[in-house]
Amino acid sequence: MLEIKNLHVKVEGKEILKGINLTVNAGEVHAIMGPNGSGKSTLAQTLAGKTEYEVTNGEALFEGKNLLDLSPEVRAREGVFLAFQYPIELPGVSNTNLLKTALNEIRKYRGLEAIDTMEFLSMIKSKMKLVELEQSLLSRAVNEGFSGGEKKRNEIFQMAVLEPKLAILDETDSGLDIDALRIVANGVNKLKTKDNATIVVTHYQRLLDYIIPDFVHVLYKGKIVMSGGKELALELEDKGYDWVKEDIPQV
Amino acid sequence: MSSTEVSTIEELANKEYKFGFVTDIEAESLPIGLNEETIKKLSSIKGEPEFMLEWRLKAYRHWLTLTEPHWANVHYPKINYQAISYYSAPKKKPQLNSLDELDPELRKTFEKLGISLDEQKRLSGVAVDAVFDSVSVATTFREKLSELGIIFCSFSEAVKNHPDLVKKYLGSVVPHTDNFFASLNSAVFSDGSFVYIPKGVRCPMELSTYFRMNAANTGQFERTLIIADEGAYVSYLEGCTAPQRDENQLHAAVVELIALDNAQIKYSTVQNWYAGDKDGKGGIYNFVTKRGACRGVNSKISWTQVETGSAITWKYPSCILQGDNSIGEFYSVAVTNNLQQADTGTKMIHLGRNTRSTIISKGISAGRSNNSYRGQVKVARRAENARNFSQCDSLLLGDKCGAHTFPYLEINNPSAQVEHEATTSKIGEDQIFYLNQRGISTEDAIGLIVNGYCKEVFKELPMEFAVEAQKLLSISLEGSVG
Ligand SMILES: Nc1ncnc2c1ncn2[C@@H]1O[C@H](COP(=O)(O)OP(=O)(O)O)[C@@H](O)[C@H]1O
Ligand SMILES: [Mg+2]
Repeated sequence: MLEIKNLHVKVEGKEILKGINLTVNAGEVHAIMGPNGSGKSTLAQTLAGKTEYEVTNGEALFEGKNLLDLSPEVRAREGVFLAFQYPIELPGVSNTNLLKTALNEIRKYRGLEAIDTMEFLSMIKSKMKLVELEQSLLSRAVNEGFSGGEKKRNEIFQMAVLEPKLAILDETDSGLDIDALRIVANGVNKLKTKDNATIVVTHYQRLLDYIIPDFVHVLYKGKIVMSGGKELALELEDKGYDWVKEDIPQV
Repeated sequence: MSSTEVSTIEELANKEYKFGFVTDIEAESLPIGLNEETIKKLSSIKGEPEFMLEWRLKAYRHWLTLTEPHWANVHYPKINYQAISYYSAPKKKPQLNSLDELDPELRKTFEKLGISLDEQKRLSGVAVDAVFDSVSVATTFREKLSELGIIFCSFSEAVKNHPDLVKKYLGSVVPHTDNFFASLNSAVFSDGSFVYIPKGVRCPMELSTYFRMNAANTGQFERTLIIADEGAYVSYLEGCTAPQRDENQLHAAVVELIALDNAQIKYSTVQNWYAGDKDGKGGIYNFVTKRGACRGVNSKISWTQVETGSAITWKYPSCILQGDNSIGEFYSVAVTNNLQQADTGTKMIHLGRNTRSTIISKGISAGRSNNSYRGQVKVARRAENARNFSQCDSLLLGDKCGAHTFPYLEINNPSAQVEHEATTSKIGEDQIFYLNQRGISTEDAIGLIVNGYCKEVFKELPMEFAVEAQKLLSISLEGSVG
């Protein structure tokens, strides 16, 4: 589904990603871990198409298409979804309005008719239950005045409605208490099918107790320095990131 | 005025009247230039009673003593008032044989607005068949209203058929001496709308543009007078939301509203006149005086406006809160793009006790445009317990445009409570990217954000109008970012 080859990315003239290689297949869950500042969000935002992130080398193929040539909205319509580390507030724009507009754009791109309003409303209500969000949040402005936990759950709710092929969750666990964490993880697990894939970006291994990854990658100073199965996460939890730093003196 | 002059005019007036109004005006139009003679001719062509002519002349003589105001934060080349024709018969638009002959740009806009095909044909001057007959629509509509005693007609008709009402209220809110453009309008106004809602009647429908389409070509110096008698209610919608082009550069309308005891008037405008091309050429100058008098106790007047068109807008719908416990409201969205200039706002004059006013102004500037809010809140000495809340927000798209806020306060009673909030914001790249990431294009993203920003004002508009206003807003900001 996603194939990243030798990806180099600069931000404000400084090289942040220094040759990332990663392959994600349908049905897989990948975890990307690493200490703060290692470039996890940079990777996520680059895949989503944020312009400040300048790709200086390498490529990223999404279902055979060159992802980096596409505008952010076309990437989204192709099925790439980013749950933001810091969800953005949109005063005056209701959650429902955003979701309906987004869903219809995606449907249009795929040659489908705009969704019937009644059908849409009953669909979003059932998807809200997945992340146990209050219905009152539907008519409120997107993320405005939401608590930290509500913002994160709202991201997963949007993901549930838009049904992406590839979801990238950037630190969706940070700022969540254990109950909220379980709710969010549960939602993500229920959305998992054999046809979609998830990249879970996290600093802590905590989330991975609930979302079991097929692969774990450690990102450090702009490179993937270790890859393994879910036991790698546990080992990291045990030994801390210093272990990675000692082990990889050359970076 | 000499007695021979008067009798000539009377003669003329009677003669014109006998020949019938509609057929006559088709043949008539006045040469350019403005003097007492042209005003007399204008009045006689229209078959007006004498009081009307007297009033026009009084206004004209006063106008001569005035100089054009230049305090608004707008700039435009000098207008030559002698180069304008003050009356021209309704023009026939060039007839097209089918919509295929229509300017494709205009057609695209029509489609985006979701204007029906029949309507498109009518607006663009394509010969229409009997399917769309606005005259008959207007007639059935009027019959229904007259059963309730509601008068809804053109200003010219009101002058002839309801002279007492016109005499009593015309100029009672915006006197002929009010300002340069209002005086000019008083002297030369061509036509407009007249509404009277009798005591205790709630007008059962939004009064809108149906019959006014007939008068669309006489809009340069429009005059509107709306009276809500005791306990009456009316919601009036002004404006044509289709992008009609208009060869008249200067528009100087006057709108007067009068609400008596316990009466309520809601006046909504969506204005999208031609703003000129990207360099600002050819756009309309809109210098309008709109004012409402809450004359009775517990009366209420609300102005809601969405201004997206015109090259220059100079407009301050205001409320004079005379009656005790009366309420004035002003909800405004003003959008400027390219080289447009808007200087708009309101005046809330608190005269009665326990009077309240609310001002919500949303300015949106894009391109190289300039958008100014100018608002005055005045509390008279005897206006005990006056309350005002003002919120003036400016949204900037890009960094070449300007937003300015000029609040003026004049408080003469210590019991007044006046609150003013102002913000200036920009649409963040992050907001646009967030929406892009959900599959929404940048243009649509801006539309969503801007519409969200204007929500407080749009919710004041009647439903159908609000939908159109939202579409218009997106269209007028097209190409403004990215
Ligand atoms: N928009 C930006 N402008 C400047 N520096 C940035 C920007 N985004 C990221 N960086 C820098 O890139 C490095 C990696 O950041 P980030 O990708 O956010 O790391 P992580 O998500 O792993 O904590 C940091 O040194 C950070 O300061
Ligand atoms: Mg991060």
